[in-house]
Amino acid sequence: MQHCPSTVPTRIKPATLLFLLGLLTLICASFYSLALQWSELFTADAARSSIEFLRGFAAPELAWPFLIKVAQGTLETLSMSALGTGIASICGLTLALPASGRFGPAARLAMRLILNILRSIPELIWALILLIAAGLGPFAGTLALAVHTTGVLGRLFADALENMPPAPEVILRINGAKPMAAFFYAALPQILPQLMSYTLYRWENNIRAAAILGIIGAGGLGQMLKYHLSLFQMQQAASVIIAMLVLISLVDGTSFWLRRRLTSQ
Amino acid sequence: MSIVVNTAVSRYPDPAWRGRITASLIALIVLWPLLIASEFKPWILLDAQSLGATRHFLASFFPPAHSKDFLVLLMQDTWQTIAIATAGLTLALLSAIPLTLLATESLSISRLESGRMRLASAVVRQVVRWLLVLLRSVPELVWALLLVRILGLGPTAGVLAIALTYSGMLGKVYAEILESSEAHATQSLLKNGSGRLAALFYGALPASASELVSYTTFRWECAIRGSVVMGFVGAGGIGQRMDESMKMLAGGEVSTMLIVFVLLVACADLISTFLRKRLG
Repeated sequence: MQHCPSTVPTRIKPATLLFLLGLLTLICASFYSLALQWSELFTADAARSSIEFLRGFAAPELAWPFLIKVAQGTLETLSMSALGTGIASICGLTLALPASGRFGPAARLAMRLILNILRSIPELIWALILLIAAGLGPFAGTLALAVHTTGVLGRLFADALENMPPAPEVILRINGAKPMAAFFYAALPQILPQLMSYTLYRWENNIRAAAILGIIGAGGLGQMLKYHLSLFQMQQAASVIIAMLVLISLVDGTSFWLRRRLTSQ
Repeated sequence: MSIVVNTAVSRYPDPAWRGRITASLIALIVLWPLLIASEFKPWILLDAQSLGATRHFLASFFPPAHSKDFLVLLMQDTWQTIAIATAGLTLALLSAIPLTLLATESLSISRLESGRMRLASAVVRQVVRWLLVLLRSVPELVWALLLVRILGLGPTAGVLAIALTYSGMLGKVYAEILESSEAHATQSLLKNGSGRLAALFYGALPASASELVSYTTFRWECAIRGSVVMGFVGAGGIGQRMDESMKMLAGGEVSTMLIVFVLLVACADLISTFLRKRLG
């Protein structure tokens, strides 16, 4: 303990202590009330059945007809995520204008509330509700992604609009430019790279969401996964999971590359 | 001056309108296959039959279900959702910390001495990184779906699914935060012969503690959202109840649950913002 200096401040504030105690209580209460089946996890029997389950995945299905089906599912998932994000970026920008206080404080509060509600309901729950309106299939998934992402992007865009330096736009307005022109000439060019970067980041999130939306019937790879798992066709399920991982990493790579190009310019 | 700006501006309300319209057209042509692949047919929404179904379902949202039995049940489920998220994140933290220590490059002694990592350490670091990538690339819902098959329905599958995905995320981000923190203190400690753990506790950790805690709180908020969603594949909590009500088209129950859910997320959001503000 020689390297331990004696002047290290070790006093803990009462507030911090209280918080830590609360946290500990929350954690203990969680574990206590859930009554987790640890026995199911750590017995020899459980280990054997898990290993057997995992071995079922071995040798993913690679027959051509099935691979073509997987490719179709992959394309469907990719389109759902890209379209959902694209629609959301347009709607998000439109809603961000009132949400950044450009049409008065009342509109700002109301729009922020709406965006918060859109945002706090996850894609999957939106998809469940939209399945009733749009029917089973990828269209409901696309809409669900668009609705949730509009909430997220709308808020991020509004924050970007509020935080940018106002001078260029104000100067144009003082000199008599119309609001719309001032926005396009001064405001939008300033924040556009940031907006694009947010949109790409959401696309990375949405490809993950799109991959799983199918589990409740909204098309894409998730639907295939659910189908094959419920028939205990593990080898097919393994191929679908691999396709998901490949797709997600491809999108991540593309988005990373695009964002780096955006920020380096 | 103002006249010049004025005329120019009124002639071209948007300086880049030509480019924007061309880009939109090209984007539309490129996106066409995507529109087809995702069966993008907005007019379905306006179909009389689906409009009727939607209106019927939405009408049943009011009034939200509020019988006492249902509310008590809902409270239990809400607690279960919070508990799944908290327990899952705790387990994720327990496994992420050792993985982080293995993955963090700035704690490498061999790299500090010779500028290169020893082969064995480099291999271990790379393997841990791949493990973290694998853990977090499989979406939590897919983990839950698989675990429900092994463990049966119930919260255990949800807790483990969160633990697996989030240990991957936490491990990666923790390592990034530690590596991007001011390296000077850690390096001089390591150079003067301190152990890795001591260098972490006295060098890297104090510099990045608030960022680490803030990211963990943010992830807790995400875990609550995730644990709702996992209920839909049978991992317990408010999501499972919502799935049941949805299948019975019990709109009143669904709307109550949506309200509770929005409030829950808002509370988690508030707590996490408050904590992060206190830290920052």
